[in-house]
Amino acid sequence: MSVEILGQAELNQPTFIPLYGDLISAGFPSPAQDYVEQTLDLNELCIRHPAATFLVRVSGDSMKDKGILDGDVLVVDRSVNAVHGSVIVAALNREFTVKELCLKPVKQLLAHNKTYQPIPLTERDEFEVFGVVVSVVRKMVY
Amino acid sequence: MNPCFALVDCNNFYASCETLFRPDLRGRPIVVLSNNDGCVVARSKEAKALGIKMGVPAFELKQLFEDGALLAYSSNYALYADISARVMTTLEMLAPAVEVYSIDEAFLDLTGVSHCTALERFGHSVRQTILQNIGITVCVGMAPTKTLSKLANHAAKKWHKAGGVVDLTDKTRQRKLMALLPVGEVWGIGSKLSARLNKLGIHTVLDLADASPSFIKQQCSVVESRIVAELNGESCLALEQVAPTKKQIISSRAFGERITSKEMMHEAIAEYISRACQKLRKEKQQAKQLTVFIRTSPFSDRQRDQYYANSITTALTHPSADTRDFLSVATKLLDKIWKDGYRYAKAGVMLADFYDEGVYQVDLFEPAPPAYQSKALMTVIDTINAKSGRKVWFASQGASQAWSMKRAMLSPQYTTKWTDLPVAK
Repeated sequence: MSVEILGQAELNQPTFIPLYGDLISAGFPSPAQDYVEQTLDLNELCIRHPAATFLVRVSGDSMKDKGILDGDVLVVDRSVNAVHGSVIVAALNREFTVKELCLKPVKQLLAHNKTYQPIPLTERDEFEVFGVVVSVVRKMVY
Repeated sequence: MNPCFALVDCNNFYASCETLFRPDLRGRPIVVLSNNDGCVVARSKEAKALGIKMGVPAFELKQLFEDGALLAYSSNYALYADISARVMTTLEMLAPAVEVYSIDEAFLDLTGVSHCTALERFGHSVRQTILQNIGITVCVGMAPTKTLSKLANHAAKKWHKAGGVVDLTDKTRQRKLMALLPVGEVWGIGSKLSARLNKLGIHTVLDLADASPSFIKQQCSVVESRIVAELNGESCLALEQVAPTKKQIISSRAFGERITSKEMMHEAIAEYISRACQKLRKEKQQAKQLTVFIRTSPFSDRQRDQYYANSITTALTHPSADTRDFLSVATKLLDKIWKDGYRYAKAGVMLADFYDEGVYQVDLFEPAPPAYQSKALMTVIDTINAKSGRKVWFASQGASQAWSMKRAMLSPQYTTKWTDLPVAK
């Protein structure tokens, strides 16, 4: 098989946004203007393991009380181990779902919306953790 | 310190990428089709079990597709490249040195690792990490040479009890495995060569390992005698971490629809030139030679479609990386080989005779190279195209590109396009 590797997903290419340490002063040019203290990269805030991180779109309101709304983008890190209380994306019976993983007292998936019942996980269910949700991205304007 | 290598190979890579974001497809037979949905280039485990062979033309499987017994996907290279890059990056975090060998294979240099941890345990941890972090299953073969590590990987794939990891540092284990495998399984021994070796009485890998290197060198070449040494545990091939400079760049595709008009062909050639030149600039090279080739389908009905294939090569006066230089030459080349009345199925361009930027010596009697702001302009074009996903093009490339590739069953670009993200409920 011979294929050219096109490069990393855009996800992994940092976007730098300058952070200015001073307030803007109108009028006389500020001598601090040239000192850009630091550039902040949103990837740095949300993504710790780029190679293991995938983005997943939310559909539905089952997690609304956890601050996860319809249309949000979830940052999912597969290298993080899912534990009791983790919000996870999982393949449950051949479909992706986002829920809270509950291991005690019984293994089940919890929605954060009163109209949804907990989903017990039995031997008969095809269940596989896809990854742990580490951040939620929601756009307010654009 | 004794050298030690590992070959890490992704299982059914393309098919695994297709199912990664489709839990509903797990356990179903899947094939991935070549450019233009022509033939099978990858199969899932289940498709292999159905007896689907590599390279089978898609139309022969039509009935299975229609019955839903087999699922087909067009090659989604953007997806495979992204998943591959993730696998390779992860390997780089795990091993001291990595050589990316292909989209789904990498050699690791594990020299010294056995002093810290048992090799087999290390192999399992690599496998486990790739599976958890990316969701791709790999097999790991470890041995004192690259050639043996390839065999170890083969064993890891075939021998299920190994759990995907085989440590082949032990001499007796090496010989046991080599006695079982036909000589054609050796890395670098193709079908022609293995037929030749068979005639010399060499059938198994062990036969080759036990052959005298001087005999092999005399019968074949020094390359094969090195393989013999490698099979005997003497490492001759080192890890190649810096990709060797390319000798040529080819940009070519089969068309989605047959091309019959010269204008369309001209557009296609211009598009290939522009892609090839972009690649050339990315490699920081300049090329002096340009080849243009066109052909009709060798597979179609001769009564209806006459066969015609031709190519033409010319040298530029100066090495260049400027798309415009190649475009103007390509137009003239196409004029020379184009014939009306044929239904063309494929075309392409090849750039060759490479020079590093600024290395080329201008001959005393040659005209001086043109001094237009070539580099600056090309950089601007490449930057815009990289940022916005192909927006600036040369007029000759055409805007509609009716001839472009047919990929009717393309899966979403789950990891590289915002509109294609996987959805969780």
